[in-house]
Amino acid sequence: MKHIQTINKAQLAVSAAKGGCGQCQASCQSACKTSCTVANQKCEHEKKD
Amino acid sequence: MIHTYQMNGYNIVMDVNSGGVHVVDTLTYDLLQYIAEPVPETCPPEALAALSERYAEADILECYGEILELVHAKVLFSEDTFAKYADFAVPSPIKALCLHVSHDCNLRCAYCFASTGEYGGGRKLMTAETGKKAIDFLVVNSGDRVNLEVDFFGGEPLMNWDACKEIVAYARSIEKSVNKKFRFTMTTNGMLLDDEKIDYLNKEMSNIVLSVDGRPEVHDNMRPCPNGSGSYDRIMPAFRKLAALRGDKDYYVRGTFTKHNLDFSEDVFHLYREGFDQISMEPVVAPADQPYALTEEDLPAVFAEYEKLADRILENEKNGGWFNFFHFMIDLDHGPCAIKRLRGCGCGNEYVAITPDGDIYPCHQFVGQENYRMGNVFDGTFNQELKAKFAKAHVGTKPACRNCWAKFYCSGGCNANNYFYAGDILNAYDLSCQMQKKRLECAIMMQVARYERKQSAE
Ligand code: SF4
Ligand code: SF4
Ligand code: SF4
Repeated sequence: MKHIQTINKAQLAVSAAKGGCGQCQASCQSACKTSCTVANQKCEHEKKD
Repeated sequence: MIHTYQMNGYNIVMDVNSGGVHVVDTLTYDLLQYIAEPVPETCPPEALAALSERYAEADILECYGEILELVHAKVLFSEDTFAKYADFAVPSPIKALCLHVSHDCNLRCAYCFASTGEYGGGRKLMTAETGKKAIDFLVVNSGDRVNLEVDFFGGEPLMNWDACKEIVAYARSIEKSVNKKFRFTMTTNGMLLDDEKIDYLNKEMSNIVLSVDGRPEVHDNMRPCPNGSGSYDRIMPAFRKLAALRGDKDYYVRGTFTKHNLDFSEDVFHLYREGFDQISMEPVVAPADQPYALTEEDLPAVFAEYEKLADRILENEKNGGWFNFFHFMIDLDHGPCAIKRLRGCGCGNEYVAITPDGDIYPCHQFVGQENYRMGNVFDGTFNQELKAKFAKAHVGTKPACRNCWAKFYCSGGCNANNYFYAGDILNAYDLSCQMQKKRLECAIMMQVARYERKQSAE
């Protein structure tokens, strides 16, 4: 494309269909618990695939 | 729904529901401002009229063609198809515990949400017995979840070191027979770290969060010892040692920035220069009347500083350096599934906190709020109604979140902040939202910049 460049795979909808197993880490968003915000988490399900 | 913004010379377009990220030229950027859903198959005449002064008609139409192509590929103005997963909002097994092993602390941090460790309930340590009861409670309530997290929290957890070790040993001893895997984490201020503890923690903890605010004067100003002296010089040698011996296991140094250090990119880079490569720096959350609190009027400065930090990190990478700044970390191709992203933190449902007395609360931030006490591990009480209420607190039930472009990255914010600062767990706390969105814009801009750098290298 001349005007637009897409930089990722855009697979949120696909991820929902295959996801939701709940095996991953909990993800507190708060300042006092940096250890686990959602956008940077690992999917335990995907890891196994 | 789309979100468009300009930063660092890039025109960025995010497609909310697909997660698509596009970099576009100025024509596309301008044209998109005239397009609303449902996207018409031909270019809206008012767009043509408005833009024809600046762009050739043929170019506008060609550009519209590209937009339509992406619409048809479902990566631009894509539909919200997530309603069918609404049944995720049900009570789920518990998979994570926050163990308040110590309601006592050996620092007197000015911004402490736990009132310097006490949580309003007096200084107390958890006995190993209570800790073991909590582990049993977790196992019994964890259903089919295999990976269970236990976070040693406080106050300062190292003030109750023997109990921590006993609780870990107990959990490890039952791991096989109950078919679970425990992952331990700890958040510590470092005051009591010594070689023996570092060695043990590096073996047993899958993540360690080390609290330090950055430059010595910034740190000592907010994190003094009970006698008023600074704590920086005491903790840093131990933190450096722990990080150096950590191997490939996770850790973070995490700091809090306040109104007193709105130039917090200096603190991030200070920590980097001190040898840490996993760094987090968070905005303080505090009542507006505190002198260090961030308020609406600080936002322009905070935003500018986030942009500056993003710039400096990119520049550092260009020069061959690297560190991970937690809040700009984003994986645009993988990362958690959309359901996880919509479900949010899971507090009170998949995650609970246990106090030294064995009381159960939705999470560490609710501890001490009597109306949110869910039960106790000794008498077996556990309020299922409250659990169900928290299961229903997610992006879809929070009015501001439903239509927010950031929802798949933010997950609906922090229920506790919402409760304390916006009056209800379902009300988004706007000050946090605005900073969250700024961080996301920066993070995505950085991914675009890295993508372009890679492209031009190839
Ligand atoms: S492990 Fe992966 S698929 Fe399962 S809920 Fe978590 S992110 Fe979704
Ligand atoms: S908490 Fe705020 S930023 Fe996050 S999804 Fe809700 S409205 Fe958006
Ligand atoms: S309510 Fe806030 S502090 Fe509690 S677990 Fe959720 S994000 Fe974390």
